[in-house]
Amino acid sequence: MTYDFLLSLAQAIAKGLLTGMVYGLMALGLSVIFGVMRIVNFAHGEMMVVGMYLAWMGLEYFEVTPMLALPAIAAIFFVAGYALQRGLVSPFIGRPEHQQFLLLLAVAILLVNACLAIAGPDSRGVQLEAQFDSYEVGPLVFDAVRLHAALAAVAIALVLWLFFTRTRTGKSIRAAADNHLGALVVGLDVRRLYAVTFGIGAACVGAAGALMITIIPVTPFLANEYTLLAFVIVIVGGLGSMTGALMGGLLIGVSEALAGLLFEPSLKSMFSFGLLILVLLLRPQGLFGRSGR
Amino acid sequence: MRGLSKLGRRLVGDAPPRVLWSLALLLAVLLVAPAALGKYWLSVLILVLYFAYVGQAWNILMGFAGQLSLGHALYAGLGGYIAAGLYFHYGIGPWAGLFAGVAAAAAAGAVVGFLGFRFSLAGVYFALLTIAFSEFTRLAFDHWAWAGGSGGLFLKVGSGSDLWNLRGGAVMFYYLILALSVGAFVLCRLLLQSRIGQYWLAIREDAEAAQAVGVPVLRAKMIAIVLSAALTALAGVWNAFYYNNLFPETAFAMGRSIEITLAPIIGGLGTLFGPFVGAVVLTGLGEAFTDVGEVLKVPGIKQIFYGLALLVIVMYRPAGVWPWLADRLGLKERQR
Repeated sequence: MTYDFLLSLAQAIAKGLLTGMVYGLMALGLSVIFGVMRIVNFAHGEMMVVGMYLAWMGLEYFEVTPMLALPAIAAIFFVAGYALQRGLVSPFIGRPEHQQFLLLLAVAILLVNACLAIAGPDSRGVQLEAQFDSYEVGPLVFDAVRLHAALAAVAIALVLWLFFTRTRTGKSIRAAADNHLGALVVGLDVRRLYAVTFGIGAACVGAAGALMITIIPVTPFLANEYTLLAFVIVIVGGLGSMTGALMGGLLIGVSEALAGLLFEPSLKSMFSFGLLILVLLLRPQGLFGRSGR
Repeated sequence: MRGLSKLGRRLVGDAPPRVLWSLALLLAVLLVAPAALGKYWLSVLILVLYFAYVGQAWNILMGFAGQLSLGHALYAGLGGYIAAGLYFHYGIGPWAGLFAGVAAAAAAGAVVGFLGFRFSLAGVYFALLTIAFSEFTRLAFDHWAWAGGSGGLFLKVGSGSDLWNLRGGAVMFYYLILALSVGAFVLCRLLLQSRIGQYWLAIREDAEAAQAVGVPVLRAKMIAIVLSAALTALAGVWNAFYYNNLFPETAFAMGRSIEITLAPIIGGLGTLFGPFVGAVVLTGLGEAFTDVGEVLKVPGIKQIFYGLALLVIVMYRPAGVWPWLADRLGLKERQR
């Protein structure tokens, strides 16, 4: 255990934590949607990739940096998510899982191939000045873009937490999630709340995409990987739990970074899937979830 | 002889004569089809039968026993890789190798099933477990030198026809997959008519009630997944020797698992004809959109049409095409 090794270990953990926060924001979207309306968004990674492409286009065609474009992208995603829920998903709530799966699979195919048709199969990245900056804390070096992305992700998660705990709509959504019938009885407009929830879930993943593009370039083929990654994170953290999604994101971010450092980088998702299997079997409510499914 | 006629009676059951005549006609057409079809249409028909067969195998677990697997590529991949690996490294013919491949897939199915059912994972949680095992295996094969790693495994393409080593042209593979499809259809019909089939349907409809009236739930689910995995592995072996190459990225891909599920879902989950009807619809659409894509020359346009078609089908025929079609044709399959 040399000093250099420990330093690179700490460096990898720091990097993993920062990326993990963006992962967490992405997974938060999936978790919110599932937690409230019991719909598994099989198009989640595809939405993420669309967010990344929008941010790339913002810089490419309008010269707006991803960080500045983020609110606009989140707003677009909110509206699109709201409309998607109202138009397509709504009748499928409570239907058999395979029908929901097929519906969102069709949405996923449409989204990813629309990206392919518009932007082509080549990898698209953004060039930012901040990508050359870094912050030094003691011996540790933090990439500026990664740090900014992580901070933004935390800020968005905080806003969401305030929304769900402090606002009337947020509380109503939680009420509808806890007890669908009860919410209907007390006169909540559950259909609208569901649409708002899907909009929020979509906005989370869109924002996460805008942050992610500052860290890595995008191709349409990443979509499937992100869908799986989001599944792993929310299951490990606890499906339907907000803290769970964020903590799961950090955990997977760190485990990926460590696997990349200590073993072959290509083995990194093997760890994630191994962890997924263990959590599913031993603690299906997730590491941070409430018990009882 | 008596056993055989009993089996025959069970197979025919209460099916109306015109269903039997239609089936006989369909089989006759499929038997002579290679003589009439060109190379292209034969390859399309092979694709239809392949998806009908794997769909039938998947349908046992999901359509009959109600357990959603999104990781069936695991079983097809294991079957194909092991049979192809034994042939490639030791010259062991596929007819022997398939036993090893099927056994491995059945064992994998037993592991996934036992863990999933023993820890009572249901619905989405079980589906995610199947995905996790399939992805885990994909990454393992990526790093396994015997199986060629991520570079893939290639079988030598011989000249002439050698049924013993499954080296030959499309017609041979056509009859093989036709035999598999017919066999799986007959098997599924017999299973549904038997006690285990009734157990599965009871579990699918209400597992707790089934348990309460004494259905051996765990055992019945285990039989479903092992059988489904073993049949899927046969398709994997066929696939490996038909295409002569295997890559972990495709053999164990989630996309492969998903495409296995589509024909039965689109056709009609839990029905005997659903997988075949779904395979016809999906393959037909796929080929038509390929032509459209070649005209339009926009990347991804084929998949966009495909996605739209799936969307339309799931929105307007959520129970699948076959139950609706059967109703139209007056061949209503008994509600199961």
